Amino acid sequence: MSQLLSVRDLRVHFPTGRGGTIHAVDGVSFDIPRGQTLGIVGESGSGKTTTALAVMRLAPITSGKIDLDGIPISRIEGQELRRARPRFQMVFQDPFSSLNPRDRVGRIIRQPMDLLGLLQPPQRDARVEELLAQVGLRPELKSLYPHQFSGGQRQRIGLARALATKPDLIVFDEPVSALDVAVQAQVLNLIRRLQRETGLTYLFISHDLGVVRHVCDEIAVMYLGRIVEKASAARIFASPRHPYTQALIAAAPSLAPEHRRRGGGARLQGDPPSPVNLPPGCPFASRCPIAVNDCRSRVPTLRELAPGQAVACHLA
Amino acid sequence: MTEPVLDIRNLKVDFVTRRGVAHVLDDVSFSVAAGELLAIVGESGCGKSMTALSILGLIPSPPGRIVGGSILFQGRDLTRLRQSELRRIRGGDIAMIFQEPMTSLNPVFTCGEQIAEAVRLHQKVSPRAALARAVEMLRAVGIPEPELRARAYPHQLSGGMRQRVMIAMALSCEPRLLIADEPTTALDVTVQAQIFALLDELRQKTGTAIILITHDMGAVAEMADKVAVMYAGRIIERGPADAVLDNPGHPYTRGLLASIPRIDADPDADLPEIPGIVPALTDLGRGCAFAPRCALAVPACNAAQPHHVAMSRDHSAACIRLQANEVSA
Amino acid sequence: MTAPARTTVPAARGPMAEAWDIFRRSPAAMLGLLLLGLVILMTVAGPFLYQVDPFEIVWAPLTPPGEEATIPLGTDNLGRDILAGLIEGGRATLAVGFSAALITMLIGVVIGAYAGFYGGFVDDMLMRVTEFFQVLPPLLFAMVVVTLFQPTLINVALAIGIVSWPQTARLTRSEFRRIRTLEYVSAMRAVGAGDGNIIWRVILPNALPPLIVSATLTIGMAILFEAGLSFLGLSDPNVMSWGLMIGTGREYLLDAWWVVTLPGTMIFLTVLGISLVGDGLNDAFNPWMRER
Repeated sequence: MSQLLSVRDLRVHFPTGRGGTIHAVDGVSFDIPRGQTLGIVGESGSGKTTTALAVMRLAPITSGKIDLDGIPISRIEGQELRRARPRFQMVFQDPFSSLNPRDRVGRIIRQPMDLLGLLQPPQRDARVEELLAQVGLRPELKSLYPHQFSGGQRQRIGLARALATKPDLIVFDEPVSALDVAVQAQVLNLIRRLQRETGLTYLFISHDLGVVRHVCDEIAVMYLGRIVEKASAARIFASPRHPYTQALIAAAPSLAPEHRRRGGGARLQGDPPSPVNLPPGCPFASRCPIAVNDCRSRVPTLRELAPGQAVACHLA
Repeated sequence: MTEPVLDIRNLKVDFVTRRGVAHVLDDVSFSVAAGELLAIVGESGCGKSMTALSILGLIPSPPGRIVGGSILFQGRDLTRLRQSELRRIRGGDIAMIFQEPMTSLNPVFTCGEQIAEAVRLHQKVSPRAALARAVEMLRAVGIPEPELRARAYPHQLSGGMRQRVMIAMALSCEPRLLIADEPTTALDVTVQAQIFALLDELRQKTGTAIILITHDMGAVAEMADKVAVMYAGRIIERGPADAVLDNPGHPYTRGLLASIPRIDADPDADLPEIPGIVPALTDLGRGCAFAPRCALAVPACNAAQPHHVAMSRDHSAACIRLQANEVSA
Repeated sequence: MTAPARTTVPAARGPMAEAWDIFRRSPAAMLGLLLLGLVILMTVAGPFLYQVDPFEIVWAPLTPPGEEATIPLGTDNLGRDILAGLIEGGRATLAVGFSAALITMLIGVVIGAYAGFYGGFVDDMLMRVTEFFQVLPPLLFAMVVVTLFQPTLINVALAIGIVSWPQTARLTRSEFRRIRTLEYVSAMRAVGAGDGNIIWRVILPNALPPLIVSATLTIGMAILFEAGLSFLGLSDPNVMSWGLMIGTGREYLLDAWWVVTLPGTMIFLTVLGISLVGDGLNDAFNPWMRER
């Protein structure tokens, strides 16, 4: 299988203003084969959204390499980057702030084509209608403004905008977390259907394990800027090996009968530490129920425990 | 049978807006007993938060108005009390915690001061005793080094810690009823699990009745004894949590449960969808509000509001197709 | 699909249409608009309907209103027609008000936009400049400018603009800082939009509502400012304005109330109208800003 996206040792560090450094993303590597979906899950501060923004070249990259189908995205600038942009697009989290309230929907979807000079101008309006139909909205709605749509419809519009440039890769940042469950199912099904029909490749960021289980082929779990476990979706839910992955899956609210009235099933104490000054050793050691001394001094690297399952834990 | 702490009967709340009168709550009835956890679940705009606000007498007025029904709290009808009497009950016998602990805590006072203030509003104790009580409450909600944290300002704490402070404040006056409005929506999963565990432990220890308002069926499964499912201002199904989750009666409840992406479900199948969107409360017809989206709808659904049909003991759903027994159980 | 297909497309309603809807429901705002409209109508149509030179001596000095049928509002201390003065003077006063507001907006928005958008060093530098202008006593500074250069209308407007832009700059900056973090701005970057495009065509239109409110209030303030300068004798003596009329008439206030009171009333009504419109705009823009 050919890798469409390949990320190597990506680091994104920000200064804090008080002289410290935020290690938002700290040495992350992954590949996504063409036509597949990689999910990145994690809690706030895990660096999952920053990873997505770095891939989109919307966050400054401190070091590391990002290649999209042979294009060194992490190293190109200016015109060259603009020429590459049609190939990777993004769908954002907030259906309310991700569409410019002053623009009509038709213009919102047309804008990527205008700015990147795709298609002949007269053909663009026809393409807008085609895109609206593709995401399940009636083409006549293009003359309305975003606030005239519901949350789910707005996410469809955001998806149409991302599809406008005929990208190879779409990066989704929590695309359904602001939606009600019934609407969430509609949007998730649409996302999956588009992939089946067009062979798109997805990078899918979410905090919701049920959602990633449903849309992803492979899943990477991030904690404090690092990937702590990566495996196929089936494998990671069947036999999670990292204690953090195990705790995350245990804590996910579930309808399963054994979860009834168990009061949350908390396994972890405390909150994730801040990514400002990372402790030495394993980033998870301070909350890990099985940590030993070694964990607090030596950083575990991601190693393959089973075919297709890599875990960063000394004890796994 | 224990006397319910809260017993709401046929509550109706109207909002008068530019576009007409909206029946924000329509014929809402439920009860909670001491030590019991009732979850009110539904999508945004279904009226679940409005139910909480009406218990506390906090409906924004205008445009809102209670137009019928009663809210019996320990035998007293809250809809007939004056604001001054309600104020004594709020934060005392009935406490509430909100979704965003950052905006519900005052940023210019320390956490300890705020809890102590809450204590002194409802109990005659010295400032020193109130502060001691605050520290004790912080310890009770599992905050490490409570003496130190009592002196911290809200922004110095993490989201999970702030929610614990909110819970400590809510519980400081030993309420008989705690209303938790989406208390973990802003929190991470592992922290959410901790807050759930805390609420569960507290209700077992203190016997406080809890109303959990949530959009998350997973949270219902983890926490609730009883569930009320709301749609467009009405309770369309209610019953013991197990009964509702395992044997949902109303097509909406079924759709809602089916559309949740589950870890243990077949990931290759498409999620069942509920087509369409929630209707605006100002243009509801005479019939069942869910009918336009319902796969089982028949013309009769649009004729009149369906009554609740008993499915088993304490479990009922408002669907006429259920009456006709065409919804297989 | 079981959902009934809706066949009609709702009418497109832009944020501005929504705002106008709310605006026109407010009696106070509509009263303000009416006042402002009447004043503008008077200054625009007046010269055609009432052709009297406001500098010409037409009758005995200090003739009270109503005494002479051809001079309905009386004369000033030099025997000049007060109604002619109000009509002609309104033009100058409004012109100064509007152009001062325009200058304020131009300087304030450009500086605020760059400071807010780029942040960091650019922001620090521009904000220091802004603070420098903000600590100048406005009236004194305007007086110095007008005395140093000619007290022409343009210079008066410039002087007012220069002392009042820092407020606008701060407001613009805070709006830009808020909006630049929103996802639709990131979405524009993701399709390769340049900074200029994002600043002027994406963020600015979204930052406009509070700026429009502020511009409206700036007009009112500039009119008062102009009146103040004229009152102190620091305006163009060759151009009739309400401020000039008050300035020259102030010595006769006790003997001839109308000389000062009539232009004063005009200023009051105009500024009141502008304030009401400003408040109305503020309310009109708020609801849709709240829904994000």
